[in-house]
Amino acid sequence: MQRYSVFSLFRESLRGHTGWEKAWVSPLPNKQYDVIIVGAGGHGLATAYYLGINHGIQNVAVIEKGWLGGGNTGRNTTIIRSNYLQDDSTAIYEKSRHLYETLSQKLNMNIMFSPRGVMMIAQTHHEAFAYMRTASANHHQGVKTEYIDPARVSELCPIMRIDGPRYPVLGALWQPRGGTARHDAVAWGYARACADMGMHIIENCEVIGINRDGNGVTGVNTTQGSIDCRKLGIVVAGHSGELASMANFRLPLESIALQALVSEPVKPCLDVVVMANTVHGYISQSDKGELVIGGGADVYNNYTQRGSFVRLEETVRALVETFPIISRLKMLRHWGGIVDMTSDRSPIISKTPVDGIYINCGWGTGGFKAIPGSGWATAELIAKDTPGSLAAPFGLDRFQEGRFIDERVAAGVAH
Amino acid sequence: MIRLKCPYCGVVADETELTSGGEAHIKRAGIDATDEEFMKYLFLRDNPKGVHFERWRHSFGCGKWFIAARCTENMEVFGTYKAQTLKTPKSIINKINKRRPKE
Repeated sequence: MQRYSVFSLFRESLRGHTGWEKAWVSPLPNKQYDVIIVGAGGHGLATAYYLGINHGIQNVAVIEKGWLGGGNTGRNTTIIRSNYLQDDSTAIYEKSRHLYETLSQKLNMNIMFSPRGVMMIAQTHHEAFAYMRTASANHHQGVKTEYIDPARVSELCPIMRIDGPRYPVLGALWQPRGGTARHDAVAWGYARACADMGMHIIENCEVIGINRDGNGVTGVNTTQGSIDCRKLGIVVAGHSGELASMANFRLPLESIALQALVSEPVKPCLDVVVMANTVHGYISQSDKGELVIGGGADVYNNYTQRGSFVRLEETVRALVETFPIISRLKMLRHWGGIVDMTSDRSPIISKTPVDGIYINCGWGTGGFKAIPGSGWATAELIAKDTPGSLAAPFGLDRFQEGRFIDERVAAGVAH
Repeated sequence: MIRLKCPYCGVVADETELTSGGEAHIKRAGIDATDEEFMKYLFLRDNPKGVHFERWRHSFGCGKWFIAARCTENMEVFGTYKAQTLKTPKSIINKINKRRPKE
């Protein structure tokens, strides 16, 4: 792999940038692999990467229906945080946030991780108490968060309107080490590192069937022909149900649309990430100056990657109320992604009813922050055929046992 | 914007007038059901990319629950019928088959 550094940049700038190699090649698929990962988004590529790095399994193919990182990895608001209430959630999200801190160095790709701080503002008394409780839980879990008062909120985010009128800001849960990263670079970095290990990343290759022999998996049938494998990881977010039905099992998931939008670029005015969960709006400012805005998910099943205008209006209305300064900004782009929601709003990293098929899904509205930790945990599950401590609580069996990781209650909203 | 005709009051209601209730025609697991059957009833969903039979409530109208047949791939609505209907009416099935011969 060609190393990226200030020296290589200097060298290339002298010769008109003609010497850059392709970051990954797109080969024709082999007949057989040890492991096939379906879905070359962040989670799929991270799973492949940690299979190679942590477990020495490098005869791996990552196959993707569209283009690399073109699903929800390229469609989110890039927020990274780990201030969850439940121990099991905090463990995996904090692992993830921790891995993000050094990911640029590990992948030799600048993922632009910016630990600028994430603030979840409390706008009702219930929310204020819930965040105090979360701050206390985080303290015991070893995650640095604190509950801050409105004066401190104002200091960290001067453009926020603190005094209402409908929902005055009563305080906030502040995670100084949370932040954002460049979402595409995360996918590209993992892809480049996977390709460097000799793994195959096969784009424009849609899975149209799953081949089985009795109760075990033998391979997948794709638009580029049949490919055999010993183990299969399904990491396809919104389309998990489709893949599961090919293998004849069902999942506790519903696929719905979640939208985000980006404003025209403006001068720096917001150097933290703000989440307003009562009124449903998230906002941060990108390095280019655009305000990146996210909101609530739709309420009905949908695979169109276009959301409801009603939801968009709600989001923007909420943010204009909290940040009057943005009321006359024009919006440049707007998009939707298909997120896979579980009923307890926690993900699934699990074995499935079919031997050799593993599934990573259900990240719902908050998957980007989890990419490294999720890949780490899923790779361990696939390599050892048994979940490690990170993945164990997130098995499919929890729905039968009633052992939920109830972040729907804990967070009150989508995350 | 989804617009559905309420089969009770006949109003063509906007999405903002309605509440979504998820997959329809799910049979409740009985008192002697196993844990697995109860899990299936509570949590497992078909979640199709295609025609989805789903419950809606005309919340800001007559308040009644009804069922809609809607495609999750292109948002086409094939019709609505009352929640007490155990099986999807023939007319809606015919309409779906006509538009989507494979299913």
